[in-house]
Amino acid sequence: MGTNHLTMEITLNHYLAVGAILFVIGLIGVITRRNLIIIYMSLEMMLQAANLTLVAFSRFNGHLDGQVFVFFVITVAAAEVAVGLALIVALYRLRQTTQVQDLTTLKF
Amino acid sequence: MNALFFWFFSVAMIICGLAVILNRNAVASAICFAFTIFYMSGLFVMLSAFFLAAVQILVTAGAVMVLFLFIIMLLDVDASEKIPRQRVWMAASLVLGLGFIYLVARTLNEMPEGAVGINSAPEPAYFSQQQAATEANRHPGATPGFLTDLDDDTHRIGRLLFATKVGPNETTYVAPFEITSLLILVATIGVIVLCKQDEPRRPEPGEEIIHEAPPVDPKKETTLTR
Amino acid sequence: MDPYIAWFLLLAPLASAIAILLHLYRLPAMAMFASVGSASLCFVIAIFVALGYVHPPDAWTWISLPGTTGHGGMEIEIGMIFDPLSKAMLLVVTGVGLLVHIFSIGYMANDPGRGRFFGGLSIFMFSMTGIVLATNLIELFFFWEGVGLSSYLLIGFWFTKESAAAAANKAFVCNRLADFGFMIGILTYWIMLGTVSIKPADLAGTYNAINLPQVESTLTPAQIAANPGPAIAVRPSGGIGTSPLLITIMVLGLFAGCVGKSAMFPLHVWLPDAMEGPTPVSALIHAATMVAAGVYMLCRVYPLLLLSDAGMFFIASIGCITAFFAALVAIQQNDIKRILAYSTLSQLGYMVMAVGCGGPDAAMFHLTTHAFFKALLFLAAGSVIHALHEEQDIWKMGGLWQKIPLTSATFGIGMLALIGFPGFAGFFSKDYLLSACYDYSPIFYWVGVITAALTAFYMTRLVVVAFFGPARSDAARHPHESPRNMTIPLILLAILSVVGGWPLLGIKAYFHAWSVPLLQAVIAVPEPNAFLEMILPSTFVLFSVGLAVVVYWGQERDPLPDTVLAHKFYVDEIYNRFLVAVQQMVANILSWIDGWILDGLILRGSAYLCVGVGELLRLFQTGSLQTYAFLFSLGSILLIYFTLFSH
Repeated sequence: MGTNHLTMEITLNHYLAVGAILFVIGLIGVITRRNLIIIYMSLEMMLQAANLTLVAFSRFNGHLDGQVFVFFVITVAAAEVAVGLALIVALYRLRQTTQVQDLTTLKF
Repeated sequence: MNALFFWFFSVAMIICGLAVILNRNAVASAICFAFTIFYMSGLFVMLSAFFLAAVQILVTAGAVMVLFLFIIMLLDVDASEKIPRQRVWMAASLVLGLGFIYLVARTLNEMPEGAVGINSAPEPAYFSQQQAATEANRHPGATPGFLTDLDDDTHRIGRLLFATKVGPNETTYVAPFEITSLLILVATIGVIVLCKQDEPRRPEPGEEIIHEAPPVDPKKETTLTR
Repeated sequence: MDPYIAWFLLLAPLASAIAILLHLYRLPAMAMFASVGSASLCFVIAIFVALGYVHPPDAWTWISLPGTTGHGGMEIEIGMIFDPLSKAMLLVVTGVGLLVHIFSIGYMANDPGRGRFFGGLSIFMFSMTGIVLATNLIELFFFWEGVGLSSYLLIGFWFTKESAAAAANKAFVCNRLADFGFMIGILTYWIMLGTVSIKPADLAGTYNAINLPQVESTLTPAQIAANPGPAIAVRPSGGIGTSPLLITIMVLGLFAGCVGKSAMFPLHVWLPDAMEGPTPVSALIHAATMVAAGVYMLCRVYPLLLLSDAGMFFIASIGCITAFFAALVAIQQNDIKRILAYSTLSQLGYMVMAVGCGGPDAAMFHLTTHAFFKALLFLAAGSVIHALHEEQDIWKMGGLWQKIPLTSATFGIGMLALIGFPGFAGFFSKDYLLSACYDYSPIFYWVGVITAALTAFYMTRLVVVAFFGPARSDAARHPHESPRNMTIPLILLAILSVVGGWPLLGIKAYFHAWSVPLLQAVIAVPEPNAFLEMILPSTFVLFSVGLAVVVYWGQERDPLPDTVLAHKFYVDEIYNRFLVAVQQMVANILSWIDGWILDGLILRGSAYLCVGVGELLRLFQTGSLQTYAFLFSLGSILLIYFTLFSH
């Protein structure tokens, strides 16, 4: 079996499955973790999982547009991280915490 | 060989991803995340996306992770979460995750096209015949093989991003690219505004203070923001 | 002359009213200028119209409702009719209106709110002109409500006085009640015939379409073809057709409108109370023109009334009752304006009785002369009140004829015209009217003659008590004559009150000529009867004048005992008693419905439902980021599932 796995042909579905697994890991992180920074990291991971599938599709279709899209995603993600971390810093200044269970002012 | 590398990279990436969310230590999580990105770049290389692999390492594993680490250090977040893990949420999210995996698996199962070996697809051909002719006209006297020299993926993405004239049926990404630059500018300004602390202005040398500014009432500020 | 000039009949007062409403009410002088100016313009145009220099302009379609298959739609237009009837009425309205406007300049000179007053007058002129010119019942109804509004505003002009505010409400409520019936009449007309037009040709066509089967049975086709007359008009199409019951309902409905506006018997109570308004308003609106609008409307739709004999009889009876009843009440009233108000009621009863008896020309003739002398009487009374510093009780007057001779003389002329003293306007019109009634039924004639005698009695009482004998109060000893801009209208109206009925002037012949085509179809033109028309009523009148002089000359207080007449037959009290009982019951029921069903079930019920659902949804708003993330992901997964796999 193992030999079989190592020599078998890798298909698009393999990549997509790996991307999905990574995505789910990020999702579980977002829901279970309590530290805002870790949650943020998990979100980044979900984005990267999407990137992986995009690149796989790009290779599969023989188009480069997918890769260009990934390029944009990386750019936007970088900007988003900057703003998000700034928000976290501002929040920390105000509340002295980055734990989500302390941030429930949205509760009615 | 390809399969070997694929399995190695993906299994390692998933393990590192799990480590990110399971680690109680934020710094360790960040390091694991950087490794996740490294392995993902390996997968990118497997998919002939060399440029993106490089960018991924530079930007995400480099800049972004450094930013994360920096903030973690700056805020001096407790190295580990003291509170016990929430089993209810873990179970719930696990169910969600399984549901999602089920959806993906079912979709992939019903998609026979995806079962074809990915490397059996042709490498993306960049130049159409017409463009090849145009390029050849633009460089008279060049060696016949120069087009293939230009045909690595970095060149191609560069053309897609910066070319203003392409064939009638092709798209170009000049405008989105420029708009992205605007987005980064806005993000920069936003970060500055968010993080700037209001401090009393220091008098410039030679300037005399005429009025004392009214003292800031910290109580008032708290009530306002809460 | 350009027919579009005619639009200024409506636009000028409207513009004045809007200008005053928006800004000029703060500038009384400017408001006065605008209002009097617009009234003058109307009068000038009315003269041109009457002389036939102006043709009616094209109608402007106001509302256009599409029809369905088998049923015609409804086109409601704002147009103008210039026929003999409307031309004469237009002259009366604008002429008397102008004189009253001029009189008001002097009368209201010291009132700080007079800008508002003139605004109300302009609204009235706009609406009243519209009623006169209306080409269809919807347009008529629109302006009908307009005069109701202006009447309400002007009765309540001194709204700080509680009685004035109450009187305004009373007038409005009475008119609303009647307008409900009017609306039913209009709708019945529309349902029957699919049109609301009241153009003379259309009405004649309607009349003929309903009566033609009988006519056809007696005439040969050749005769019909030889006498097209105004009658052979195209029958309006659409509608469900007629039936005697529907026709009677329609006639009674239309008459209900007249009952309200012209203050006929059951709903007459608002008119005496309306005297709380300024005296020029009483003269213009509640004596000369607006209350006559009901009679005018009846004359306008006269061919329709003819279709129902029962309706005609009912109209005549109500008019007769009102005339007699009001004359009786007037005998023991002490307020000078209230006496005149009851006299107005009585005269309106005359006119309505004449319409019901088949004499619309007599009604219109009397309407015209009545407009002259009743406006005169009211303005002269206003002058007296002005002279005596707002004193209205005739038993506190006395001996005025020496001190304010001009006012007294004009009032005397008006009184003589009203009682039908031989040679004055009322003599001709009232007696013509009575003879028309005699042709219908002698009972109406005799009641009318007795009413005329009563009229002479109470008017003589008024004049004898107020203008002769000793002065009974300080104010009456030192009156002052009114300024010239008040006396000039008095003099003009006095002249009209004298000559208005003379055959030389031809008003009677004019209305007669108008009515001949209407009357031919039903009854023969009455034969002139000198005895019934002139001698008998005049004898009664002269006799009761003498009687009144004997009874009241030199008296200090009312020599007659306090009777039911002084209490106006307790009509108001009966209404109060009745209304209090019924209204209280209805109010209790409504209050229960409001409190339990509307408030409790519907309002609070829905509110509590919302609150309950909100409380339920609130459980989801935990404020916890994880919950939100979880719910969001769950939602996305469900969405994907149902998008991809559910079909």
